Amino acid sequence: MSVTREIETHIPSLRRFARALCHDVHLADDLVQDTLERALTRLFQWRRGSNLRAWLFTILRNQFLNGRRTRYAPPTTLAAEQWDALLTHLPDQTARLEAMDLMRALDRLTEEQRETILLVGLEGFSYDEAARILDVPQGTVMSRLSRGREALRQLMDRNGPPKLREVSSNDS
Amino acid sequence: MTPDPFSEAELQAWVDGRLTPDQTRAVEQWLDANPDAAKRWRGYRQDAAALNHLFDPVLAEPLPRRLHPDVIRARSWQRQALRAAAAIVLIAVGAAGGWLAHGDRMDRQIAARSLPADAVAAHRVFVSEVRHPVEVTADQEGHLVAWLSKRLGKSIRAPRLTDQGFELMGGRLLSAAEGPAAQLMYQNAEGRRLTLYVRDAADGGDTAFRIEKEGGVSAFYWIDQGLGYALIGDLDRDRLLAAANKVYRDLSDVRRP
Repeated sequence: MSVTREIETHIPSLRRFARALCHDVHLADDLVQDTLERALTRLFQWRRGSNLRAWLFTILRNQFLNGRRTRYAPPTTLAAEQWDALLTHLPDQTARLEAMDLMRALDRLTEEQRETILLVGLEGFSYDEAARILDVPQGTVMSRLSRGREALRQLMDRNGPPKLREVSSNDS
Repeated sequence: MTPDPFSEAELQAWVDGRLTPDQTRAVEQWLDANPDAAKRWRGYRQDAAALNHLFDPVLAEPLPRRLHPDVIRARSWQRQALRAAAAIVLIAVGAAGGWLAHGDRMDRQIAARSLPADAVAAHRVFVSEVRHPVEVTADQEGHLVAWLSKRLGKSIRAPRLTDQGFELMGGRLLSAAEGPAAQLMYQNAEGRRLTLYVRDAADGGDTAFRIEKEGGVSAFYWIDQGLGYALIGDLDRDRLLAAANKVYRDLSDVRRP
């Protein structure tokens, strides 16, 4: 399979990761497009036989770091229709509210915790691969994962008072 | 309280479903017997599942056309082709100059005659640049002028064209047959741009203003005290002449003691 076709097979998961970082469908696709442009014009930098998917995610993540406050910055508060566009696949109002809670909780994590949780938990990268993508030691990945998951659990605390739910009703 | 029988790494691997069936069973038996640990670790697992539930549907979405590698590749080729075309113009200017450079006085005169053509070619390449019209911007005018003067081997300065409605944007160094050439760029409130092209013309002898028209732009050019000048812009003759006169006055002021 040509490298280009192989890159093509990774685009859906690049889009998923970008969507989780940017929330906004169009900004996320801008990020993926910029990533693919860089990758296709810099294929010579990719070592044949090395992990192509990790290389693509490294480019995307660096691209996001450079543009997260400008080019890919989501509007501070998403309008109701933008949330709806993100959540159309969810069956009912309860599922949507839970999904909104989860996204808001993700936003409250530190940037480092968020990207680590997404790479390992959502994208299934090994700790070693995540460490290379993030350019940190594996121990750092582990500690960000532990702290991030604990922070997320407390923010999402399903038995506690619905604090995030209240935030969302104040917004509307 | 007895210490956890599993390491943090093992438990995180359990959250991500990366343990063997035997290990998984062992962790789950331990969680069943330890409600506090279970609350924490099963909570992590629930959150991980919720993330997948939320974002996995993206995988099934049809790919927008703009994300197809072939479309992206075609677009970046177009951009490269444009850049290459601009480079060819420069090489052609340089090559024509190179052929002219190895010669006697006759060649020099021909080279002097190529002044407006070179200047117009350089004008066309850079005047339409949106992002990098100049190498050094006008806010560093002192540096710009010192740098260009040094490379030209003669002192120049940036004429003021404020009365003609044009502000200095900055400048860049180019190469021509006779050696380095400087290009200064100006812009007015409507976004129209003028360029002043300056290069060595030691053997040319002073000339009067001449005008040449080439495809929509006019070039006024002259040789004064060993430097060739060309002022180019998409302006009517009178306005361009007024600007050229101002350039001439400013530059002869500085160069005549």
